Amino acid sequence: MNKEILKKSQSLIALFLLCLVITLLSDKFLTGANLWNVLRQISVNVCISVGMTLVVLMAGIDLSVGSVLAFTSVICAGFLKNGITIESLDLFVGFTVLGAVLAALIIGFLLGLFNGWAITTFAIPPFVATLAMLTIARGATMLYSEGIPISNLGSSFEYIGSGWFLGIPVPVWISIIVVLLMVFITKKTTFGRYIYAIGGNEKAAYLSGININRIKLMVYSLAGMMAAIGGILVTSRLNSAQPNAGTSYELDSIAAVVIGGTSLSGGVGSVTGTVIGAVIIGVLNNGLVLLNVSPFWQQVVKGLVILLAVIIDRKSKK
Amino acid sequence: MLEAINISKEFPGVKALNGVNIKFFPAKVNAILGENGAGKSTLLKILTGVYHQYDGEIRLNGKPIRFKNIKEAHDAGIAIIHQELNLIPQLSIAENLFLGREILTPFGFLATSIMHHKTQQLLKKLQLNVSPNTLVQTLKIGEQQLIEIAKALLTNAQIILMDEPTSALTDKEIDNLHRIIHELKNEGKTIVYISHKMDELFKIVDNYTVLRDGSTIDAGEMSSVNEQDLIRKMVGRDVQISPKETFNFADKTILKVKNLTLKHHSIQNKNQLQSISFELKKGEILGVFGLMGAGRTELLEVIFGIHASKSCFEIEIEGKIRKIGTPKDAIQNGLAFVTEDRKSEGLVLGMSIAENISLTVLPEFGILNATNDTIAAQDYIKQLSIKTPSEKQSCINLSGGNQQKVVLAKWLATQPKILLLDEPTRGIDINAKNEIYQLIKKLAENGLSIMLVSSEIPEILALSDRILVMSEGKIKGEFLAADANEDKLLKAAI
Ligand SMILES: Nc1ncnc2c1ncn2[C@@H]1O[C@H](COP(=O)(O)OP(=O)(O)OP(=O)(O)O)[C@@H](O)[C@H]1O
Ligand SMILES: [Mg+2]
Repeated sequence: MNKEILKKSQSLIALFLLCLVITLLSDKFLTGANLWNVLRQISVNVCISVGMTLVVLMAGIDLSVGSVLAFTSVICAGFLKNGITIESLDLFVGFTVLGAVLAALIIGFLLGLFNGWAITTFAIPPFVATLAMLTIARGATMLYSEGIPISNLGSSFEYIGSGWFLGIPVPVWISIIVVLLMVFITKKTTFGRYIYAIGGNEKAAYLSGININRIKLMVYSLAGMMAAIGGILVTSRLNSAQPNAGTSYELDSIAAVVIGGTSLSGGVGSVTGTVIGAVIIGVLNNGLVLLNVSPFWQQVVKGLVILLAVIIDRKSKK
Repeated sequence: MLEAINISKEFPGVKALNGVNIKFFPAKVNAILGENGAGKSTLLKILTGVYHQYDGEIRLNGKPIRFKNIKEAHDAGIAIIHQELNLIPQLSIAENLFLGREILTPFGFLATSIMHHKTQQLLKKLQLNVSPNTLVQTLKIGEQQLIEIAKALLTNAQIILMDEPTSALTDKEIDNLHRIIHELKNEGKTIVYISHKMDELFKIVDNYTVLRDGSTIDAGEMSSVNEQDLIRKMVGRDVQISPKETFNFADKTILKVKNLTLKHHSIQNKNQLQSISFELKKGEILGVFGLMGAGRTELLEVIFGIHASKSCFEIEIEGKIRKIGTPKDAIQNGLAFVTEDRKSEGLVLGMSIAENISLTVLPEFGILNATNDTIAAQDYIKQLSIKTPSEKQSCINLSGGNQQKVVLAKWLATQPKILLLDEPTRGIDINAKNEIYQLIKKLAENGLSIMLVSSEIPEILALSDRILVMSEGKIKGEFLAADANEDKLLKAAI
């Protein structure tokens, strides 16, 4: 327990130092407008990464989150704008904002469930199963949208990604709720305990009477649903669904998980750590933009920071 | 001569070693004796550079040394065979032996044939009749143990430390190991030996040192002490192994297994277990004896629902036919299974004692109740005298014997009706063993029915009311405890 707190305070210090450096280099960083903007941007990655954390705690991985985000994004926008028409039945179904959002969440859940099903039923390694889903969901996105953005989704939908509530951006509220919920699940429920147990020693967990497959199905489904939340936020923020949205988001979220101290071999880590990891990445992204670093250099710097974070983590474990 | 002078080592909350003085002599078998958690493994890890932060001094042939890592100890001629084996299952014997010290051709490629040849020579010396290309995962534990020894021989180590090498071996394998140790000793090597098995200690050990709570209590020659003396030194008081009392369990059948068969995992049309039927009475302790490979563990596994797809059997519990297809079903039907291998099957090592104990009893969906878990864990820590600073201690930090006790605790926590025990006292010290024997007897007296698999004949004889003997997947004999003795069991087992 103490170790965990120590580790977290370490990453918090790293975050603080990062903020300090950026503040010294740019006077635009420490302004209200910019900070809210950063938080709003981060909230997408936070939602995805929190789902990813559950998967990684269980010694799995989910490479499909970026594509699932894109698919749920076009579904959400498409349903909202055009509804569903089934010509053979001469049927048209329209969607309210709530209906479209729910549809996106359910689709995300189902795609995750499919991942879990492939992994548990056929004993396919998670890396492979979700890699397949990465391609499948991206292809489906292109098929559904015909590769064209779906835009002009109305102002009430826009509120989810761009609105304010009690002085705080709505996406930030959403990510706070998601995080609190997941912290509760991982720390206070038996379901969460089982996730850690499976990641720590799957065989011992199985012999202890845990229904491993059911837990895995649920975790991958949750991860899919978290990606869908990300998809809804992105779509609403832009008031448009981009078919190529979410490309390589899986990497950002794995980075957040790892920087946050969760072990890729499972059993060790926390949701709160991941949140700090996601904030570090978000602040870094923002800083690099503010400092006018070229996009090519941005990538290099980001990679180096991930490396550095993990090295420090390793050192402090010894 | 290898000497440790005034060694102390502290872990958070635990003083594992507290001013230990110890000497190991060449051409002798030197034993370190002590209860679970006395600090034996920790001392070995210091001597071999696994831990490099400690107080005190180590001297090798009079010269002070301080290893910074395992490699330095290795280069100084000290090899260790750890309590938990460290082989890579997916690699072959030869690949494991030469891991990190591969022989290369002049062009820098692997000199496979040379390594193969050297491995063959070593295997011959150890009388292990397998090809160097055999994958380690297909070897029995006893054979894997010998591969670890081969690793030590390969580097020509002069000092070989063995941490409970026989805890998982059969009698025959133990004899073979003793023979090898004898040879090594005659070659002038220093052997350091840890074991909780009293009879073997008196067979092979020359000098002993007793540790208790991290301090040296006594040292001397084995020939000048007897078993009671040693136990008194280890425990600090007398321990009486109480003899088996008369048994008067109720005549009520609790478990009935009929026509149990298990298909062989790789050979088609062959059964690993063949038409096994037996009954277990309420409050009875049913011993299951057999040699390695007889199918004892598999029998327990099948009953516990582990091989559902490859087995078929009829099972009646308390007069009703049940269906057991997963461990979960088994637990719900009142079964508990203390598995043989605590590291890979028994515990989630990264979790705390309390978390491990509660794992078997938590509902699938529900809110955790930390206080309940804590209280239950503290209870078992007392009841089984688990040595730990607190129930929050991660199991990976416990000594081997104490880990075993946690496995036992986590299954007792399910309050089972039928307890399946597979080598329940492996690696447990003599005092704790005695306590666990008492506990098992008490549980049985209170109506718990127990199936006990053990390779230790004295253990089977000391606890069982009735004994089944297995060989090649079949039941070959049945004895009432009163009629059984070592000879009869062994004869039936072959
Ligand atoms: N890495 C660690 N962190 C914290 N405590 C430890 C660690 N390793 C060992 N200990 C503690 O130090 C003490 C000595 O442990 P050690 O493993 O040396 O015992 P042992 O004599 O080998 O016991 P056994 O016969 O059960 O194998 C125990 O109380 C154990 O819990
Ligand atoms: Mg030990």
